[in-house]
Amino acid sequence: MRPTLIVFLKEVRENLRDRRAVINTLFTGPLMAPLIFVLLVNTLVTRELERAEKPLPLPIVGAEYAPNLVAALKQRNIEIKPAPADPERAVREQDADVVLRITPEFPASWKKGEPAQVEIVYDESQRDTGSSVARLRAILENESERAGALRLLARGLSPSTTRPIVIADRDQSTPQSRSTSLFAMLPYFFILGGFIGGMALAIDTTAGERERQSLEPLLANPVPRWQILAGKLSATTAFAITTVLLGILAFAVIGHLMPTEKIGMSLEIGVRFVACTLFVMLPLAALLAAIQTLVAAFAKSYREAQTYVSLLTFLPVIPTLLLTVMPFKAQLWMYCVPLMSQQMIITRLLRGEAVPDMGLVLAFICTTLAAVLAAAVTARIYRSEKLAISA
Amino acid sequence: MIEIRDLHKSFGSVVAVDGVSFAARDGEITGLLGPNGAGKTTTLRCLYTLMAPDRGQVLVDGLDAAADPVAVRRRLGVLPDARGLYKRLTARENIAYFGRLHGLDETTIRSRTDAAVAALEMGDFAERRTEGFSQGQRVKTAIARALIHDPKNVILDEPTNGLDVMATRAMREFLKRLKAEGRCVLFSSHIMQEVAALCDRIVVIAKGKVVADESPEALRVQTGAANLEDAFVALIGSEEGLAA
Repeated sequence: MRPTLIVFLKEVRENLRDRRAVINTLFTGPLMAPLIFVLLVNTLVTRELERAEKPLPLPIVGAEYAPNLVAALKQRNIEIKPAPADPERAVREQDADVVLRITPEFPASWKKGEPAQVEIVYDESQRDTGSSVARLRAILENESERAGALRLLARGLSPSTTRPIVIADRDQSTPQSRSTSLFAMLPYFFILGGFIGGMALAIDTTAGERERQSLEPLLANPVPRWQILAGKLSATTAFAITTVLLGILAFAVIGHLMPTEKIGMSLEIGVRFVACTLFVMLPLAALLAAIQTLVAAFAKSYREAQTYVSLLTFLPVIPTLLLTVMPFKAQLWMYCVPLMSQQMIITRLLRGEAVPDMGLVLAFICTTLAAVLAAAVTARIYRSEKLAISA
Repeated sequence: MIEIRDLHKSFGSVVAVDGVSFAARDGEITGLLGPNGAGKTTTLRCLYTLMAPDRGQVLVDGLDAAADPVAVRRRLGVLPDARGLYKRLTARENIAYFGRLHGLDETTIRSRTDAAVAALEMGDFAERRTEGFSQGQRVKTAIARALIHDPKNVILDEPTNGLDVMATRAMREFLKRLKAEGRCVLFSSHIMQEVAALCDRIVVIAKGKVVADESPEALRVQTGAANLEDAFVALIGSEEGLAA
């Protein structure tokens, strides 16, 4: 095993002298997940805070027909704006989120006690309108109920007559689980960190070494090729694991500093999260290193290897998308699929849900097996004659 | 002592080596001469076990390369056609890396590297990283690296390729020194002057076959040519790919 160690130490030493690779391993890669997280939370916090406290600007067409209603709206923190000439167009062109139109018939219907119509004009396909419309609708419905109750009382009836059913919400979601959609993306960035950490070495030790014509002299040494490969693979794995480890630690630190409680979320980034994430990510880092080396060994040149290995980073998007678009119920076999299992486990840990011990063990064993298999395939490629020859 | 017996190697439909046999003895310099594309590099690659021959046998000090490639590589010092260095390591670190892979201890590596640095006049660049080295500095480092384990047999593929006049002269002196130390030196070249000036024995290869295996003197007699240049042309059948 000594030659493997010699190759390992040399690759580590050489790579540590490559500033770009070191920055990727120790900086860019690890900061991937925390950075995206900070960005997401910040956007959400600012948006939610603005929503709740800021007055809602509302252009009203025909405000003069319902002065009482408009006064009530003003009291509920709605800022009345002059009406646009064409409300539909204003909404389509995003000049206004939502416009309220009060028809000229409103006063007549109101006086007669008939349903008086108001129109809410909005474009649902616009990103930000949802909560503005909901806020306005809630206020209007509330006003309508209040007026209705007064009318019933005037006729000597109890307002509860019209409310045979009372709905009480008992939401079973927890602050963590509400943040699911937000955090479904996060595991991908942990995994991406592992990709970035080992990338430079995977390319350099195979395609790079061949292109610089140092592979042929290296293979002329009295060392079996698999031992040389083992050294290179372990160096790549070591860098990938360092990136993942730093990424998880950075995430744990930054996660604690973020004002997540302001939007009613709480994150569980404790010792258990760090330990479990590391446990399932370690074999994945080894698997990624082996796959990257394998792909780089196939490439004819350094540039080609870079292209292939970069394309590889899209691989972990697949389970992320699958799990986001089709939220499967977690089943035991899913813990056997590398990438998917890590995705599932990290998401569940973030949501503060229990992860079965069996799932953790399965994820570790299956990903380790996959890593060994990928390494074995790479070793086969390494045995081929064409591998060493650059020209 | 290196023996090659009836070596065959094809790549697809291209026959690169077609029944090459020769021997290189200890204490002699053997030159493998042939035009570009004659099969020299492929022959040498089979010899240092980078490739497995389709047919034929390679023996190094009596050891069969097919049976025990690692033991054969241990007895060979190889300067391949590809002589890339690790640019983020210094010349000394490049040499030490191969020394360690040969299983040498650090003391031996240091003393042998010191000796090589002196012999190849590498003093002013041995501690520098190899990025930006001149061709001559690169070849010197690659040779020091290839010989760190003090091999009995030395194989060099076109060792003077890309070297300037001074460096070429130094290289020739170095090869003579290896011979004086009793080693078996085998090198390939397409430059006749070089082969004529250095070799005790010349193996001429053309189109994957050995067309002559003689001393320089005997070659002239065999072909009846007045000088070596005419002798080579007569053997190879064309002037293509040979440099004076």
